[in-house]
Amino acid sequence: MSQPLIRIEQGNVAFSSQPVLEDISLELQQGEIVTLVGPNGSGKTTLVRVLLGLLPLDSGTVWRTPKLRVGYMPQKLGVHPTLPLTVKRFLQLVPGAGAAEIRSALTETGAIKVLNSPLQRISGGELQRVLLARALLRKPQLLVLDEPVQGVDVNGQLELYNLIGRLRDRYGCGVLMVSHDLHLVMRATDRVLCLNRHLCCTGKPEQVSHHPAFIALFGDQAARDLAVYHHTHDHQHDLHGCVLDDNESHDHGPDCTHA
Amino acid sequence: MPEFLLYALLAGLALALVAGPLGSFVVWRRMAYFGDTLSHSALFGVAIGLLLDVQPALAVVVSSLLLALLLVTLQQRQPLASDTVLGILAHSILSLGLVMLSFMDSVRVDLMGYLFGDLLSVTGTDLAGILAGSTLVVLGLLWLWRPLLAMTVDEELARVEGIPVAGLRLALMLLIALVIGVAMKIVGVLLITSLLIIPAATAQRHARSPEQMALIATLLGMASVCAGLAMSWYLDTPAGPSIVVCAAAWFILSLIRPVRS
Repeated sequence: MSQPLIRIEQGNVAFSSQPVLEDISLELQQGEIVTLVGPNGSGKTTLVRVLLGLLPLDSGTVWRTPKLRVGYMPQKLGVHPTLPLTVKRFLQLVPGAGAAEIRSALTETGAIKVLNSPLQRISGGELQRVLLARALLRKPQLLVLDEPVQGVDVNGQLELYNLIGRLRDRYGCGVLMVSHDLHLVMRATDRVLCLNRHLCCTGKPEQVSHHPAFIALFGDQAARDLAVYHHTHDHQHDLHGCVLDDNESHDHGPDCTHA
Repeated sequence: MPEFLLYALLAGLALALVAGPLGSFVVWRRMAYFGDTLSHSALFGVAIGLLLDVQPALAVVVSSLLLALLLVTLQQRQPLASDTVLGILAHSILSLGLVMLSFMDSVRVDLMGYLFGDLLSVTGTDLAGILAGSTLVVLGLLWLWRPLLAMTVDEELARVEGIPVAGLRLALMLLIALVIGVAMKIVGVLLITSLLIIPAATAQRHARSPEQMALIATLLGMASVCAGLAMSWYLDTPAGPSIVVCAAAWFILSLIRPVRS
């Protein structure tokens, strides 16, 4: 396996002695789309902040490719309403972004019509597209997307996930997504990390959706809904619902007791 | 034009030049109260300067910067809301400065001059200092404009993109401390922040880009200086407060004009 873009080993984070992340170990590879799922308060955002270098670990190590170019798409912007800033000027803040690049990035993400609008006046879905365009302008090696489709209409969601897949193919960048939305995102993902303070289970979407830890977190219905999309019975399950196929097996979290 | 009036005009225009862009950052980053606290501490700096026999303007810049560092540390370390911390420090340090000055029997201090400015008594040496300080601030702003703007849009995004946010924050504080040193003689410690935020707030309603807002704020500040000095000349009003009254008048006038959409 090639050198990972980012690696965390046995990472722990606690806020006022309340553990938020426990014993997290993971690697992100170039060209791989990884999705982080988990309920509210499971530490998704904290893990992303650790990976981005915004938050230090209490113990454990983070290793990052030197001079890693990260395109980060936050959930929202902290821009104050008194700052008169058009979308165009906002994108010009990326070093080296010329007018032509800005137009093509916005066209690609489907937000060219807000080019000259004030940043504070565009809708949530439009802002997501603008933020994705901004992340692209940095020609990233790693794209980190925090809830990339929130506020985007249903048609647009599928389109955006497809776009993210195409971007990965074109730039060969690694992609880390955080999502609540299980259906669409699973389809566009190589690997799913199911987080609930610790990593419950990781693996390909179809395997994770059968994992007891996943079902315990998201409920039987969610898992079965997903199976509608991914149900190709090319493998066997044991009594716990675990996949038995060795070639395609998922990794177990440290607290997993099943086979 | 008498020489003292020319000096006063040039000093005021130099201050307006830097107060426009820097004041825009103060408005965008919600630092108005922060700036107020720093400028209130200037009197303390004056007292220290007199005590140690250092140039007051220099002592003010250094003490403002030290206070800014103290503020940032306090804000991170304790659970009080930051406006409470700022309120405590602003008034304690202003009072401390006043108390210290009252102990110095040997030096005669023109307290009103420090509190509200004494623009019409600006000397050639003062003017040289004011011009040097303003030039430093202009150069600093030009050099750091883009990263400062990126940090103002979103600090976390800026950090992820490799912009040295902690260093920039410090640089912005240094620039504000410099402006306080420059402005003390012109409008006095109690009125410095008004020249930073009033023109910027007036400009904000009609600007379409950050640069436009900074430019309009600068022009409005210069207009306030001219009008305030004229008012002081003809009506015999104190110069510093007259300038602030004119800036406030522009602000009220701008409310009448509809906002460009």
